[in-house]
Amino acid sequence: MKYVDEYRDADKARALAARLARLSQHPWVVMEVCGGQTHAIVRYGLDALLPRSLELVHGPGCPVCVTAVGLLDLAMAIAARPEVVLCTFGDMMRVPGSRSDLFAVKAEGADVRTVYSPLDAVELARRQPDRQVVFFAVGFETTAPATAMAVHLAQREGLANFSVLVAHVRVPPALEAIVASPDCRVQGFLAAGHVCMVMGYAEYEPLAAQYRVPIVVTGFEPLDILQGVYMLVQQLEAGTARVENQYARTVRREGNVQARRLLETVFATVTREWRGIGPIPNSGLALRPEYSAFDAAARFGIECPPEHQDAGCLSGQVLQGRIKPPQCPAFASRCTPEHPLGATMVSSEGACAAYFRYRRPAAADHES
Amino acid sequence: MLLAHGGGGRLMSQLIERVFVPTFANPYLSRQHDGAVVRCGSVRVAFTTDSYVVQPLFFAGGDIGSLAVNGTVNDLAMCGARPQYLSCGLILEEGLELEVVRRVAESMQAAAGRAGVQLVTGDTKVVERGKGDGLFVNTAGIGVVESELDIGPEQIRPGDVVLLSGDVGRHGIAIIAQRESLQFEGTIESDCAPVAEEVLALLAAGIEVHCLRDLTRGGLGSALVELAERAGACVEVCERDIPVREEVRGACEILGLDPLYVANEGRFVAFVPAAQAERALGVLREHAGSAQAAAIGAVTAAGSGRVLMESAVGGQRLVDRLSGEQLPRIC
Repeated sequence: MKYVDEYRDADKARALAARLARLSQHPWVVMEVCGGQTHAIVRYGLDALLPRSLELVHGPGCPVCVTAVGLLDLAMAIAARPEVVLCTFGDMMRVPGSRSDLFAVKAEGADVRTVYSPLDAVELARRQPDRQVVFFAVGFETTAPATAMAVHLAQREGLANFSVLVAHVRVPPALEAIVASPDCRVQGFLAAGHVCMVMGYAEYEPLAAQYRVPIVVTGFEPLDILQGVYMLVQQLEAGTARVENQYARTVRREGNVQARRLLETVFATVTREWRGIGPIPNSGLALRPEYSAFDAAARFGIECPPEHQDAGCLSGQVLQGRIKPPQCPAFASRCTPEHPLGATMVSSEGACAAYFRYRRPAAADHES
Repeated sequence: MLLAHGGGGRLMSQLIERVFVPTFANPYLSRQHDGAVVRCGSVRVAFTTDSYVVQPLFFAGGDIGSLAVNGTVNDLAMCGARPQYLSCGLILEEGLELEVVRRVAESMQAAAGRAGVQLVTGDTKVVERGKGDGLFVNTAGIGVVESELDIGPEQIRPGDVVLLSGDVGRHGIAIIAQRESLQFEGTIESDCAPVAEEVLALLAAGIEVHCLRDLTRGGLGSALVELAERAGACVEVCERDIPVREEVRGACEILGLDPLYVANEGRFVAFVPAAQAERALGVLREHAGSAQAAAIGAVTAAGSGRVLMESAVGGQRLVDRLSGEQLPRIC
């Protein structure tokens, strides 16, 4: 397939890996921020192509994984109301809240639907004026503009039966939380290309300068990732700490200006709780007061019982790159995709799910 | 019950192994093949059944009627049988238009003609509005097993070559495209078709077929994992050798799906001895339905029960069962 196969060429991948091996003189620890990159690495076996001295750790860039249990509980409580149609992305359906997940809530009779775009939920609200359509808005800056557009359209059309439960999060504050923590091992970051496609990468420049850490905006195909790692190691070996753009075919420094403007119009930044990690200042997006009429949490006024999270789940450590999934005692024993303790075992971008799916028996064989 | 209990993944096999196999315990069922091969006097008869609940009822390349005929025909073919007689049970929802029932029936008759089988008995029930999703179909079928071969996962041997009868993923993408009103350049049509002719040609050519499996809900990936586990063998396949049409790959990229787990309705894998693999491939390629047949891998060792895949860039990864249905990812 054009524009895809070029980036999955086995010969080019081996050649790039060989150049990387010659370049890499010291041991380095680098983090790929995005869960999509984690899956590409594990799925294509890219880590096996890297020099042994280079350690890849997996980052927090899985929106499903970091959505707070309290917000999930709230979404399920809203979905259970008879007048509500709750729409969300497919990935959210199996994520465990305190007591249940959206699939189970659906099986009990709630109207929960998977959509591919928030605009599909707006369309549903137009077609079914007697139902309350709620969009559970999850994702980083990549999906947030579509939510902003949905809210903007709903306001323009006066759609009184549409609302959103906003769980959107921002990448830069999470990166800063990781790099500023005293036990941070990460020496360089592969920044998420799709987030930067929207936001640009100017906001990463102060981070690189302040914490003396190189950041390479990187794509998602195997050769993108290998090249991103190569550029990062070049900087690490040279002792520089700049923001570079590997994903130049998609990302510009200023990002998508229209999308950013729309985000600023509809959303304000707030402190948000990250599942397993805790509250991070300025890391969340919430509706501005002008759009508060579309806030589902306020519209339904539901109080949730206190949240409960399984104490045996170390997903917060995984999301911050402190441990790898198999180092969690519950991995592949008490915690599996059928009975996940944490969201990282569920999402198609979660690191635990990636290891379970593509690595488990090899790891098990290794231990036995 | 969750939807995933019917999704063809890990939850479904748990349900079968924990409830049905112990409850109905008998040697035919516990083989867990696509159908059972039983003896009626001196004749070996393959017997199978399947229910169809697809939405939408009509989709590019087929409909619930042709699906119900081909699905059962193919399950019989996987036993090495020549499919002959089918039954048809219809559960209709009050309010369904007669025209829909007529179209489905005509489609079933056309599919039966194409597959060389007859629909010889049936049953119709109507349920109250809201108690059914328009129309459900169940078909059962029998066919005679003429070959003396015992075909099944336990016959898989190290050294066997894995043949795939054509490109994968078309049925699932055709259904998703229709269900979600997704517009792609050009229509992606379901691969819904009978495969009995190809299978019988393999047997007629004297290929010592060890195992056959048609690829349905869980796609190629789930079928391979299930067979590897059942056979206690390690199956190694190469991603680059698995045919996937350009438009299906494109749709999968956009939707975040892995074509390896997308449903098919006219594809199967055959495990054959390495010495006969080239000739078997030649036989398959003579048929229009399997003109794109390919050798995608081999059985490398006994005992481990897992599937490994060499990725497009040369790395190696595990192919695992899905726990339920694939979910489109967020970004």
